[in-house]
Amino acid sequence: MAEAQVVFTPPESLSDTLMHYCPGCTHGSLHRLVAEIIDELGVRESTVGICPVGCAVYAYNYFEVDMIEAAHGRAPAVATGVKRVRDDCTVFTYQGDGDLASIGMGEIVHAAARNEAITVVFVNNGVFGMTQGQMAPTTLIGQKASTAPAGRRPEHEGFPVRVVEMLNALEGPTYLARSSMASPRWIRDTKKKLRNAFKAQTEHHGFGLVEVLSSCPTWWGMTPKEALDWMESTVVDYYPIEEFRALPEGDTEGE
Amino acid sequence: MNRIVVDEDKCRGCALCIEFCPKNVLRMADRFNRDGLNPAEMGWPERCIGCATCATVCPHVAIVLVEREPKKKAGAGQ
Ligand SMILES: Cc1ncc(C[n+]2csc(CCOP(=O)(O)OP(=O)(O)O)c2C)c(N)n1
Ligand code: SF4
Ligand code: SF4
Ligand code: SF4
Ligand SMILES: [Mg+2]
Repeated sequence: MAEAQVVFTPPESLSDTLMHYCPGCTHGSLHRLVAEIIDELGVRESTVGICPVGCAVYAYNYFEVDMIEAAHGRAPAVATGVKRVRDDCTVFTYQGDGDLASIGMGEIVHAAARNEAITVVFVNNGVFGMTQGQMAPTTLIGQKASTAPAGRRPEHEGFPVRVVEMLNALEGPTYLARSSMASPRWIRDTKKKLRNAFKAQTEHHGFGLVEVLSSCPTWWGMTPKEALDWMESTVVDYYPIEEFRALPEGDTEGE
Repeated sequence: MNRIVVDEDKCRGCALCIEFCPKNVLRMADRFNRDGLNPAEMGWPERCIGCATCATVCPHVAIVLVEREPKKKAGAGQ
């Protein structure tokens, strides 16, 4: 009888460690995708990751690459410094929506405008997960948060920010896309877009960012499956899944 | 046979693998893991097609192996 074929094992760039994320939180599967791409590009020994402040703050324990912890929102600035002195390294940041789109909005806009040769994994779960579910810049109209208990009202809290569309107004960036972790199909699409965002750096020496719609079942008050269904049915209406800026010369992978 | 291996202490019992498995292979086990959570297990292993959908969605990378039998050639092994 022919040997059974191994069709899945966890990537080498991911530590064999119990991650602290809540049951059903898609931060963990997104870590796996990033680690798979690092493996596939063969850059594990020369990759430097920059951690956010947020639920992914312990990401330095979960990736088997060199990691640096940045102050809240400053990951793109730290990544810029690392990349400019060690251009041989592949540098990525992993940032939540509170980290990137609230306190760190200035850093990300200028890194993108400079077409800084870094890769940004931007995790949009619509809340400040780590600090107990406060409203984020990305919280949807009507979505409840601990600081917007009746739901976000545009006349009071303003409108949610579409980060990728906003960055797409800049000349600088090499690659910009949005994806989702809502189902196996979209998880596979996320991986293709993340690979493009890494290739923006490794092959085009430019800035690549993917905004990944992610779940926070704990602060959304949903089961893990309800959270994914809500992303699929509602979140994507405001945050369309799209490749906003493809890699040059059609060197791009996507659905 | 096709099969998956669950690292039970990593499993958080979120049930997403069960929700997305196209062949209804998986269920929650009666036993508890180190953290007192019920891990996922193969309830009906004979149905598994080795598609790795469960490993794709598992948010905790608790499914640590998926194996698939090579496709049988027509007429072979009879
Ligand atoms: C300078 C500073 N201000 C505020 C905080 C408190 N704080 C910690 S995490 C966080 C927001 C995290 O939200 P997000 O980036 O969306 O990550 P998530 O937990 O949702 O993944 C805030 C405001 C802090 N640690 N440091
Ligand atoms: S609080 Fe939300 S984002 Fe943080 S680990 Fe829990 S589910 Fe994930
Ligand atoms: S490999 Fe496919 S069929 Fe088998 S348990 Fe996983 S999802 Fe179900
Ligand atoms: S998806 Fe993963 S963590 Fe969730 S129940 Fe299945 S094996 Fe356990
Ligand atoms: Mg968040």
